[in-house]
Amino acid sequence: MTTCRGVWVFAEQRDRKLMSVSVEMLGCGRKIADKLNTDLTAVLLGHNVKDLADELVAYGANKVYLADSELLTFYHSEAYATIIGELAKKHRPKIFLLGSTSTGRDLAPRVAAKLCTGLTADCVSLDVDEKGQLLQVVPAFGGNVMATVICPEHRPQMATVRPGVMRTPTIVEGRHGEVVKIPVDLKREDLNIKILDVITEAPRVAPIETADVVIAGGWGVGSIDNWRLIEELARSMGAAVGATRPPVDEKWASEDQLIGQSGKTVRPRLYIGIAISGAMQHLVGVQDSKVLVAINRDPNAPIFKTADFGIVADFREFVPTLVEQITKLRSTKDTS
Amino acid sequence: MPPVNSIVCVKPVPDPRYWSELALDPATKTLRREGIPVVLNPLDRHALEEALRIKETFGGTVTAISMAPLTATDSLREAIAIGADDAVLLSDKSFAGADTLATAYVLAAAIKKLGRFDLILCGNQSLDGGTGQVGPEIAEFLGVPHVAYVRKIDLPEQGIARVERGLEYGYMVVEARMPLVLSVVKEINVPRHVSLMRISEAMQAEVRVWASRDLDVDSSRIGLSGSPTQVADLFIPETKRRGEMMRGAPDVVSKLLIERLRELGVL
Repeated sequence: MTTCRGVWVFAEQRDRKLMSVSVEMLGCGRKIADKLNTDLTAVLLGHNVKDLADELVAYGANKVYLADSELLTFYHSEAYATIIGELAKKHRPKIFLLGSTSTGRDLAPRVAAKLCTGLTADCVSLDVDEKGQLLQVVPAFGGNVMATVICPEHRPQMATVRPGVMRTPTIVEGRHGEVVKIPVDLKREDLNIKILDVITEAPRVAPIETADVVIAGGWGVGSIDNWRLIEELARSMGAAVGATRPPVDEKWASEDQLIGQSGKTVRPRLYIGIAISGAMQHLVGVQDSKVLVAINRDPNAPIFKTADFGIVADFREFVPTLVEQITKLRSTKDTS
Repeated sequence: MPPVNSIVCVKPVPDPRYWSELALDPATKTLRREGIPVVLNPLDRHALEEALRIKETFGGTVTAISMAPLTATDSLREAIAIGADDAVLLSDKSFAGADTLATAYVLAAAIKKLGRFDLILCGNQSLDGGTGQVGPEIAEFLGVPHVAYVRKIDLPEQGIARVERGLEYGYMVVEARMPLVLSVVKEINVPRHVSLMRISEAMQAEVRVWASRDLDVDSSRIGLSGSPTQVADLFIPETKRRGEMMRGAPDVVSKLLIERLRELGVL
């Protein structure tokens, strides 16, 4: 373990553009590398992506391992995991961070199993202690509790983080870094997986992460008919609509409206949670809201402990009244 | 095409309707799960459904497996009620406290013991842990390919699976050699309903139970001692919110709320 060195970040690119979460991971990785007095290395796979290496250095990487091949144009679990696994076995990093995207959540466990090491998914914060241990904070399942996970014996300590949880670092001009080209010996015919086609679709609504006001509904909303009230309130305020897991599973809301540890992190100036009990898995996605309002008919709902304003009410009675007041307010503002 | 034999990994998870009753024991800093009813992880139902459809098309067997406490025999009987041909429960005190790596290690050992298989299906993630890690880790331990976020499976010829693999916006079409692990998402199918009568009949079904001595495993790689990750601390985060509760008639409270929000400049 004493021979391990370096903090690694998987630099995910799609269509030769760096994913925002990878840039966020570089910011986080840079802070950790500085505390550990060690290097930050980005691991970049793709095809014709050499220009991205310069961007990675500008964001703080001391070194970039670049594997460039047509086989790596799109995420290919077998090819990516093989290359990264070999690289990690050879160079033995202390820490390896990945963004928790559909790629990261697939690649990270495959690599972790190759390296027989620990992996913590969807961390909401990362730090190192005086022993150099990576402190991986996640909401504990159930209850209003957070857990600090560590990986004391195995290396690298691996963790994934969702987009938007960490802040984007600033570019520093004039930074220097080493770009190391990794030869790719894999042959297409040796691979057990073949990518036949990649079909991209445009998102249907503006991403909720950029909204100033977010209204979210929980399981307590009860039905798709009742969900209309949530949407109506959002419309009256020009707000985006978010959801916890159960409304997404019930298909009242779509997956890209999911807010929480396994969904989006939002930082609106106003968040209103309706019929949401307040499980930590959801709250971690909204804790940086400027103002948090909770509406729930259960006075003991945990969300009230973490709200600025709490209203104990049945949303079916309360929300229509709120919509009416807001609509009145808007129309007087327009005419004044 | 010859028959296709599937193994479906299932996990009993605390019933979400009772999640608010899960409480942290402040003394031991562990979660009290006793008495909370369990359900089959919803995405595992989709995995089981897909295995059954493949069996209905091509023939073959469907075996459900789970690493869980002994109480999980009922969940596996439910899998049999839904249509699995048989079920194996991996249960042993020494399996307890396992993180995803140690869990995948045990499940892979059981799958090796079960012998021939063409497909291993699992839900893309569980309701409680939600990591999505076990499927890919099982594949690595078995030395087979895996595809995650699977929303469609076709078997165009012997030994080849052609799947749609979801992306954040869009999807990939991927072909892979069997045997392999496929982690499925809910868009893949609509699981069949099972009558209460079928479920109660299945309560007589035999579920094989394997302990660690029944598997070819290294005891240092199972359970808590085989888990590279551990929980160092559990804590309730401090909150810096106002905690102002508003009570009264809806029109009074809504006026007050709007006033307070305007004062703060957020409305």
